[in-house]
Amino acid sequence: MPKSMGAVKQAIPAEIGGETDAVMGSSGAAAEAVAGRKILPIVEGVVLVAALLAPLVLQDYLTVFATRVIILALFALSFDLVWGYAGIMSFGQALFFGSAGYGVALLARDLDITNIFLVLPAGTIIGLTFALLLGGFLLLGRHPSSVIFVSLGTLTGSYAADRLARGWYYLGGQNGIPSIAPMTLGGYEFSEGPPFYYLVLGILVVVYLLCRFLVRSQFGLALAGLRENEQRIAFFGYKVQHLKAIIFAIGGAVAGLAGSLYAFHEGFVWPNMVGVVVSTQVVLYVLFGGSGTLIGAVIGAVIVEGVSFWLSDNYRDIWPIILGLLLLLVILFRPLGLISFVLGERERVGSFGAKIKEKRDAAP
Amino acid sequence: MPLLEAAGVSKIFGKLTALDGAALTVGENEFHGLIGPNGSGKSTLMKCIAGAEVPTQGKVSFINTDITAFTPTERARAGMSLKFQITSVLPSLTLYDNILLALQAQSSLLDLVFSRTRGLLHDQVMTMLTQFRLADRAFDPAAALSHGQQQWLEIAMALAGKPKLLLLDEPTGGMSLEERRVTGELLQPIKKHCSLVIVEHDLDFIRDICDRLTVLDQGKVLASGTVSEIQANKAVQEIYLRRA
Repeated sequence: MPKSMGAVKQAIPAEIGGETDAVMGSSGAAAEAVAGRKILPIVEGVVLVAALLAPLVLQDYLTVFATRVIILALFALSFDLVWGYAGIMSFGQALFFGSAGYGVALLARDLDITNIFLVLPAGTIIGLTFALLLGGFLLLGRHPSSVIFVSLGTLTGSYAADRLARGWYYLGGQNGIPSIAPMTLGGYEFSEGPPFYYLVLGILVVVYLLCRFLVRSQFGLALAGLRENEQRIAFFGYKVQHLKAIIFAIGGAVAGLAGSLYAFHEGFVWPNMVGVVVSTQVVLYVLFGGSGTLIGAVIGAVIVEGVSFWLSDNYRDIWPIILGLLLLLVILFRPLGLISFVLGERERVGSFGAKIKEKRDAAP
Repeated sequence: MPLLEAAGVSKIFGKLTALDGAALTVGENEFHGLIGPNGSGKSTLMKCIAGAEVPTQGKVSFINTDITAFTPTERARAGMSLKFQITSVLPSLTLYDNILLALQAQSSLLDLVFSRTRGLLHDQVMTMLTQFRLADRAFDPAAALSHGQQQWLEIAMALAGKPKLLLLDEPTGGMSLEERRVTGELLQPIKKHCSLVIVEHDLDFIRDICDRLTVLDQGKVLASGTVSEIQANKAVQEIYLRRA
């Protein structure tokens, strides 16, 4: 992962002079870190308010589109946990997303189970289980596995699942499983529209807060160590492989939750949903928005999907090329994603000790 | 019974024999210097002890346990700690977080997830930072430190887990004279609870802080003994003169 210190220099006013500033331009950053996070909560708040208001101003068909985008943003969170925080390159995140989608589609088709309190946990558990199996195989060895091994392994897993789904009659082959019954709560059916939108938004907010809690905990500090220098923290006595498998499994669970929502929202599942295309898409959301911030993943999903939607309407034939160029531009010139326009490197990494320090200083 | 005992350690990389039956014995609370000309196998021996390399032959015991096949994580949990030759502090994290990361390595997973040891470890973090004269920079990113300060931070991190044995590979590399002197001062107090194996080019520094020395030459032990014994050793004088 590129670590641009240049971004730090730009973002930080030279509050404190002296030689250290001349070296790294970082004393200002330290002051910022001690004072706590500033920009991030603002960005999060703005995104939340915009999301809450969206259905009030959008036409119905756009609310349906926005619901899909929120589900994909939830999916993007799962990849940000795995890559942005733990540095595990998962090119197969759709495997967990799609298998959960297929799982809940089968529950609905074959067992008539559509109760929200059954299908969403089921999807989450399917994602978790697949991630544990694949993660156990790829990540748990006596010695840590290489990035290439893990990325190719997850890519292969996703590709194999896609082929399997296409060829398996029970799963509907190429066509997937159409006309999934709507998700229910008692007698109420969740069909497309504002209620489904707010349901999905509520779930996103809860999952987001849980992820936020996790990545800012001491466990999050261990993840930061993992991402920065895996070998170093193994020498401290961290069980690096376990840490990776745990976060990978959590990522799988979140992807599974997103996948089951997606299946019920779209009303059908098809092989692409477990395949390489969707796996790559989620990587792009996170790189585009900015990895390792959570909110960057959400913004990335919204912008990539929004721009594709708009482009496909207005430039019917060449829109994928325009989108591709846009993505390339961002990745080339803003390796830390769009969020880096407003967010400095120091705040992105955060300070795990600052909070406790403030508390101590405040106490008499 | 010695704390650390490496016997008959050989390491062969392809056609290169880096170590050829080297041995090293370190007692409790002993500062042991590992010296020798470039390419004599000091760093390789260090890596075999730390678990960064697996010896082709030979055995490494630590507190009466054969740890030859232990992974670095297992060694760390047994009470061994390593400072790398190349500083590997985590540059984008603050000094505070670097130390906390090292200290909390022993915490359970649930403690980490619910941040239950963050408060408990706060004083220890600040004590370590104060001891290594870095407290006023606690919330700067480690990347902002001078090279010498990064080395100190790394020594502090290596000591955070209260190891029984600390392995230091060239701690004063690239330091100014003043920084070297301070490093020596910083290391003295740990003798009460920790042994040290130190690889170092600066012989004055080694002589000042070490109790015993082992001299390697071409992967073999040329001599081992107290500092004065080694200084009087003819063979040792010769290899240093030969290369000088």
